[in-house]
Amino acid sequence: MKHNHKITIIGSAILVTLFAGSVLGRRQVEKIRGPQATLDEVLYLPSGKTVKSLSLGYSSLMADIYWTRAVQYFGSRHMSGSGHYEILYPLLDITTDLDPQLIVAYETGSIFLSQRAPEGAGQPDKAVALVEKGIRANPTYWRFYFTLGFIQYMDRHDYKAAEQAFQKGSEVPGALPWMKVMAARMAEKGEDAETAAYLWKTIYDTTSDNMIKDNAAKHLISLRAEADMYELERRTKAYRERFGANPAGWSDLVRAGLLRGVPMDPNGVPYKLLPDGTVQVEDPSQYSYLEHHGQSPAR
Amino acid sequence: MHALEIQGLAKDYAVGFWKKTSRTALKSLHLNITQGETFGFLGPNGAGKTTTLKLLMGIIFPTSGTATILGRDIGDPEVKRKVGFLPEQPYFYDYLSAPELLDYYARLSGMAAGARQKRIEELLERVGLRDVGNKQLRKFSKGMLQRVGIAQAIIHDPEIVFLDEPMSGLDPVGRHDVRELIQQLKDQGKTIFFSTHILSDAEALCDRVGIIHKGELRGVGVVNDFRSSVADKTEVIWLGAGVLAAVTELVSDTHTTGDTVRGTVQSADLDRLLEKLRQQRARLISVTPINRTLEDYFLAQTRENEEEKEAVRS
Amino acid sequence: MTSRLSAITLNTFREAVRDRVLYNLVLFVLLLVASAPVISQISIGMEKLMLVNLGLSSISLFGVIIAIFVGIGLVSKEIEKKTLYTILSRPVRRWEFIAGKYLGLLLTLVVNAVLMTVGFYLALLVFTHGLHQADGMLLVAIYFIILQFMMMVAITLLFSTFSTPIFSAIFAFSLFVIGTFGNDLRNFAAMSHGATMWLATAAAYIMPNFASLNVISQVAHEQSVGAQLVLFNTLYALLYSVAVTAAAVLIFERRNLK
Repeated sequence: MKHNHKITIIGSAILVTLFAGSVLGRRQVEKIRGPQATLDEVLYLPSGKTVKSLSLGYSSLMADIYWTRAVQYFGSRHMSGSGHYEILYPLLDITTDLDPQLIVAYETGSIFLSQRAPEGAGQPDKAVALVEKGIRANPTYWRFYFTLGFIQYMDRHDYKAAEQAFQKGSEVPGALPWMKVMAARMAEKGEDAETAAYLWKTIYDTTSDNMIKDNAAKHLISLRAEADMYELERRTKAYRERFGANPAGWSDLVRAGLLRGVPMDPNGVPYKLLPDGTVQVEDPSQYSYLEHHGQSPAR
Repeated sequence: MHALEIQGLAKDYAVGFWKKTSRTALKSLHLNITQGETFGFLGPNGAGKTTTLKLLMGIIFPTSGTATILGRDIGDPEVKRKVGFLPEQPYFYDYLSAPELLDYYARLSGMAAGARQKRIEELLERVGLRDVGNKQLRKFSKGMLQRVGIAQAIIHDPEIVFLDEPMSGLDPVGRHDVRELIQQLKDQGKTIFFSTHILSDAEALCDRVGIIHKGELRGVGVVNDFRSSVADKTEVIWLGAGVLAAVTELVSDTHTTGDTVRGTVQSADLDRLLEKLRQQRARLISVTPINRTLEDYFLAQTRENEEEKEAVRS
Repeated sequence: MTSRLSAITLNTFREAVRDRVLYNLVLFVLLLVASAPVISQISIGMEKLMLVNLGLSSISLFGVIIAIFVGIGLVSKEIEKKTLYTILSRPVRRWEFIAGKYLGLLLTLVVNAVLMTVGFYLALLVFTHGLHQADGMLLVAIYFIILQFMMMVAITLLFSTFSTPIFSAIFAFSLFVIGTFGNDLRNFAAMSHGATMWLATAAAYIMPNFASLNVISQVAHEQSVGAQLVLFNTLYALLYSVAVTAAAVLIFERRNLK
């Protein structure tokens, strides 16, 4: 059957041009809606109950889909450094309504929420709410108490609450003994670099999320450097007390028997010894979480 | 035992939106068919032929009345083992091939596996579908489907066969084949009940015919009786249009084409007409006796009703 | 009787296969393959959970869709196309026809589910590098899905005996949706009083309960399913399906065809 060539050409031309036009038009719309979109997202996000009803019994699959959405949402904001995570908590809330036993959503999600911006959403109170929801739905999962304690300690600086969390967690059958140890540490020491290092190490070892793992690594090397510099400054102080002046360089301390060699930071770069006896890292950009050292002088 | 005994079978349909009005498709039908008989069920379209067959097959249920086939009530499924049915314009599962369809139907009719295989090949040959292979029925022409239809109607060697418009959709060769096939079935002693509106087929094949019109059986007659040997009319064709005037009172139904005249004369007047034509020097072409046909009977039965109705109305 | 019944069953299965119903398996495989990268990216340690959720939910949903789309035409198509004429002219009982259609569609769904299960287990093997004991529970979930198919086929068959395809589809889908709220419906009935309670309770029990047949979440979290639940679900699904099919037979026995 011979096709009418004219119709074919005209039809194809219309198809191509009008479709291209519609794409352009749509991009315009999306550009206009851009900043609006976030607000709209929050407004039109249905409740967990609604989504559960709409899932027609496939709610655990929906939970996985919402969890995926939450991770991608967090990841893209994290990458762009936008600092706005408005719908993270609603997404996580819906996810956990759909599948109350989706442990990772509580565990990883709450860390996403609690971390200070721009690293995380900077919403530790919401994070606490999420973990407590997790505990109610999964009372035998003692690791939630770890997460709760972590958030209370690191982001809310509520050491009493942290201690209570670790204590409660240690009482759950099957909890590992270090929970009790942590509780005792909290009670005794409050804010403490070693405790922080231990907490971050646990996060590093147990998390299943790459972003959190990287972040924990960063915290850990900052804490290591922090501890190193604290110790090095102690030794320069000792030198000052013995010789009445600050050491000129690391070799002075070595000769004095206070050091065995040139001290290296966790990246293998020698620490900088300043004339006033303080110690700094050579390249502060490698250490995002230095609190007491960095550009400012030592305390 | 009659092959088919219909006692007062009737069917009304509730029609209209509220299903309040009643339409009668079949008025109380009484009919007996003897074994080995070939019976033609004639009637115009919509007369009730197909309704009757659907009632007999259990496709629809009667409003009243009963019927038996080979002595068993039509509601008894077992009777269907000996019954074959070809519906009008048959529809088959178009995703099956002809052998698959026949095998399926044969199985449903209770044939054993061994018997089926052989018979299917035989039958496809017999209905002229030897080379269809595994072609799916959706690719069959109307004529081919009709042949499949006949095959499935007789595959299980039934004693009584019901055919609804068996010639429908067939070309002259096909019709000839079907006629032959029906004749073969007749010779085997099968009872055949077929409905049609083609009178020549009925005349050629049937022992008896029944005329049905507007749901009512108008009459039943023996076919041979219609072929009366005494022709009461004769058709005469001659050359000589000018002669017509001289013989007008003897002939009726005259047609003149050029110089050729065709007319009908009562057989009693035939000799007189021929004499007159000879006198007038007209040239005779042919002299043919006209038999009263089934068609006349058919038309009479179906027209009667109209006249009766007219009489009642006026 | 069994010869006719099995003939109709197998022919119904053959029709579904030739209607290319089984091509949905291609879609299923594509779905698993396409989501593999997403799953492995999102959360380490959660792959199995997501895969199980996706796999089981797909087996269930695909099957329900087929049950509805093919089921609505089981009887109505035969009436519409008049293919029943040459069936009923044979010693086939009307109830045999209905039963054969039911079993044929159910067979199609079971075969489909079995093939999907094989593909699903292969995917599991690839992802988790080996199966262990908990994976036996997955079969229980799939068994329950098949029980759900039993009920859905009966439902669509019932509608097919008296309703046109469009309405049958709407009714069947509605019952499927209502069925997923089975437990909620019963709870609502339990909480109401008087006439409402009786009506609601009757409705709750007439409507199918698919919620109790859904253990996807449970087995995804590697929790076991009790033997008692298996027993009673089997009983429920069996009795419900037979009852609904019986209703279909009753309607079809009385029906004047076109």
